[in-house]
Amino acid sequence: MAYGTDTRQWYCDELERIRDAGLLKQERLIRGVQGAEIDVEFPPGSPPRRVINLCANNYLGFSGHPEIVAAAHAALDARGYGMSSVRFICGTQDLHRTLEDRLTAFLGVEDTLLFPSCLDANAGVFEALFGEQDVLIADRLVHASIVDGMRLCKAMQDTYKHSDMAHLEQKLVEHQDKRFRLIITDGVFSMDGDVAKLDEIVALAEAHGAMVLVDDSHATGFMGARGRGTHEQCGVLGKIDLITTTLGKALGGASGGCVAGRKELVELCRQRARPYLFSNAVAPAVIAGAIKVLELLTASTALRDKLERNAVYWRRLLVEAGFDVKAGASPIVPVMLYNAKLAQDMARDLFEEGVYVVGFFFPVVPKGQARIRTQVSAAHETFHLDRGIEAFVKVGEKYHVLGKGRSALVEAFGA
Amino acid sequence: MDELKRTILNYVVQEYIEEGDDREVGESTPLISGGIVDSFSMVSLKRFVERKYGIQIPDAEATPAAFDTVDGIAKLVRRYTG
Repeated sequence: MAYGTDTRQWYCDELERIRDAGLLKQERLIRGVQGAEIDVEFPPGSPPRRVINLCANNYLGFSGHPEIVAAAHAALDARGYGMSSVRFICGTQDLHRTLEDRLTAFLGVEDTLLFPSCLDANAGVFEALFGEQDVLIADRLVHASIVDGMRLCKAMQDTYKHSDMAHLEQKLVEHQDKRFRLIITDGVFSMDGDVAKLDEIVALAEAHGAMVLVDDSHATGFMGARGRGTHEQCGVLGKIDLITTTLGKALGGASGGCVAGRKELVELCRQRARPYLFSNAVAPAVIAGAIKVLELLTASTALRDKLERNAVYWRRLLVEAGFDVKAGASPIVPVMLYNAKLAQDMARDLFEEGVYVVGFFFPVVPKGQARIRTQVSAAHETFHLDRGIEAFVKVGEKYHVLGKGRSALVEAFGA
Repeated sequence: MDELKRTILNYVVQEYIEEGDDREVGESTPLISGGIVDSFSMVSLKRFVERKYGIQIPDAEATPAAFDTVDGIAKLVRRYTG
């Protein structure tokens, strides 16, 4: 038998090594709808505990929004449960095309193609569009799915220091001998919450003959005055060649992603992108929910406005309490602790105090950059954030981290 | 430190150390296992030494372990420059 005792033992030992390093990931069971307050069973088997959720990508509170749930219900009845096909065989309903057209209008691009997820969009877009004569130049803090997607592509790969425009320009000059140059960045960086300098990136792209791809997964729906994304926020609507984004965060949080942008590039993805060609179509109920999301977002900016107010308020509470918070203007507010164990210990204690957050450390963030990433939602009311900060202050006092900056925290706890 | 190592070290500092990063980097500082250079960004380092010294290092040789220190990279470069 191939899977014999020795084989099994090797895998058991590997898991033990992960556990011993304190890196074992464990899921917490949520008993109910995703939202600002959730009932969480953790550790498994313990009675559910009601906690404030400060770690979801549910930026606009759409994950459990009644109108979206109703739209998905109606589609479930009218259009069935699944497609049992990839898109190009018999997996495309008119609903899929409707959503693609609505996303095209919402994002201000020429065309859009849905993928099973944004991870799949990033896995497919580079290989479909670029080859050996080209170079992909990525910000060093782009999402892991972009790194994986780039590795599947034959184009030369290069990186530039995070948001360092001089370094990016140096790379663009260095690669002038290539056929196409593609600059790749996140719109809002998922771990730091800072916003890409898209206006400067577009100017450099124009000056040095490059295309631009933005992964706007942590921005679509709420960044910019009408929530169109980072390109709206930075005043470069219509100037981004490729946008990848997700339906799995602000736009309802279910599943699905897309490549949007220049119509020829999108069409070539339809012909060649392997995750589009070889993976199932997004379920009709999810598509109908996302269409409703875009209807709501186009009709009113009230939720993205509330999210913006909440983010400003939460950031102010943390800073005033004396936490070391990364600067930024997004609903991602990282509380910097630098030490992995400290981040884990504080997250565990915060859960005991009724606040659900997670400690992030290497390899999810660079070594010595451990943190608790907090994420604000339009589903939060002021009292949620007020209760959240009470818990943060209590736990912060316990570990004596308040009022300490990077050097003091590293001195006290190590990095 | 010899000229080869100094050239590689200068490139590492210029290419990978962010503004405000106070980490000291020397010829034996672990670059990849130390979290200064990630494997994603390592490609530009390989390309730099290949262009600078007119060599081609096979991908199988350009491992994160071989590129982990300036010392190690210099050793690899010397092997291919003869």
